[in-house]
Amino acid sequence: METARLEALLERLQTTKSIDELQVWTHELRDHFGVTHVFYHTATLKSEQVGAFTYSLDWARHYIEHDYRSIDPVVLGAQRRFHPMDWKTLDWSSPQARGMMREALAHGLGNQGWSVPIWGPNGEFALFCANHMTDDASWEAFTRRNAKDILVVAHLMHEQAMRIVNQQTATPTTELSPRERETLTQLSLGQSRAEVADQLQISENTLRAYIDSARHKLGALNVTHAVALALARGIITSAGALPKY
Amino acid sequence: MIRFVYADQLSLFPLLAESMFKDRAAQFKDRLDWQVTVDKHGRELDEYDLLNPLYVIWENAEGRHGGSVRIMPTVGRIMTNEHFLDLTGGVTIRSPLIWECTRFCLAPDAPVGVAAALLAAGVELGLRFGLEQALGVIYARTMPIYRRIGSCPDIIGSRGEGADRISVGLWPIGVEARDAIALKSGIPLSAIARWFDASFPARVVEERLAA
Repeated sequence: METARLEALLERLQTTKSIDELQVWTHELRDHFGVTHVFYHTATLKSEQVGAFTYSLDWARHYIEHDYRSIDPVVLGAQRRFHPMDWKTLDWSSPQARGMMREALAHGLGNQGWSVPIWGPNGEFALFCANHMTDDASWEAFTRRNAKDILVVAHLMHEQAMRIVNQQTATPTTELSPRERETLTQLSLGQSRAEVADQLQISENTLRAYIDSARHKLGALNVTHAVALALARGIITSAGALPKY
Repeated sequence: MIRFVYADQLSLFPLLAESMFKDRAAQFKDRLDWQVTVDKHGRELDEYDLLNPLYVIWENAEGRHGGSVRIMPTVGRIMTNEHFLDLTGGVTIRSPLIWECTRFCLAPDAPVGVAAALLAAGVELGLRFGLEQALGVIYARTMPIYRRIGSCPDIIGSRGEGADRISVGLWPIGVEARDAIALKSGIPLSAIARWFDASFPARVVEERLAA
């Protein structure tokens, strides 16, 4: 059921038309993961920074006023890195960083965090974080269970933010290769992965990679979701006929 | 031991870095005769090494390179999408759940277990970060190594013949895959976990822990 909820959440993500709407959406995302806060920030793009977050505006203002960006281990640690990171692995040794964390806690942020650095195809940089107030063991259990979903959601949120910034929300521009469309079409006919792989004469792992690339391009959570979105957008047809290409 | 090192951290391990790029020259230029660039110091580097990739490196007792592989996320620029699209069925592989492994290299004197350690460490990395698959550019001469480890990639497409055959393939990332490599090569799971934790260490800070 959690999966169905996240699918619905990602579909709503794609209907957001402004950063304000994205901001509202982050609250639903936070509730889905059941964490204290989630937030997303870009580096400077077109001379402005985009952010969507669930923490208070007070904290956002305080953070900007004190220029914490320049000392925040969460920001500094993600630069020039592409792996998701637990905040425990960041360098909190400076008195400034520890002071900032104390103030963050006072503003209702949690003590734990998991960051996903996002590097877009054009070199643009953004950061997605889940933040929570809990002990180390619970946090490790949470991140192990949700690492994959967080990774997917972080990148899809970034894609949507880019569409909003570039004013492309009206036209979903999903371009799938013939191979990806074939794969989704066969799956939409109710065939198993093994059957589709057999038919296309590819291995099941190759099929998985095709599905996963299509999933990412469609903004879907998983294969069922990708097939549904591709059908809904007319990228594949339910009649079973392969689309022309 | 295995170290996970970003390109911009290589200066912390000068001997390890130097011997890795020289071993790459020995493998790709001298032994395989590929069209690769070797600088005046005898090091092989390409354009992707300049994009701050993450290296998985086996460091031997003298602190030198025993084997390595280079890792990059497929949501950014990768070799497969820029040079081997004809080997992927025309599909641009791009997903936050798939990372690319290239420049798999073994030192000339590398003991048998190094390749297995590199693969097991790579799978561990993927497991910790929530990845699903590793995408690799694979050349024919390394296939017997993967076979021996019990971890053959699934080939998507190939070009060339015989020893010059080059392929793009996929490895699944999962607990089963990691444990199979560990079992077959005799590497304890605890050692694999320790390598990861040593490169991505947790630090203790009182204020952060004050719940």
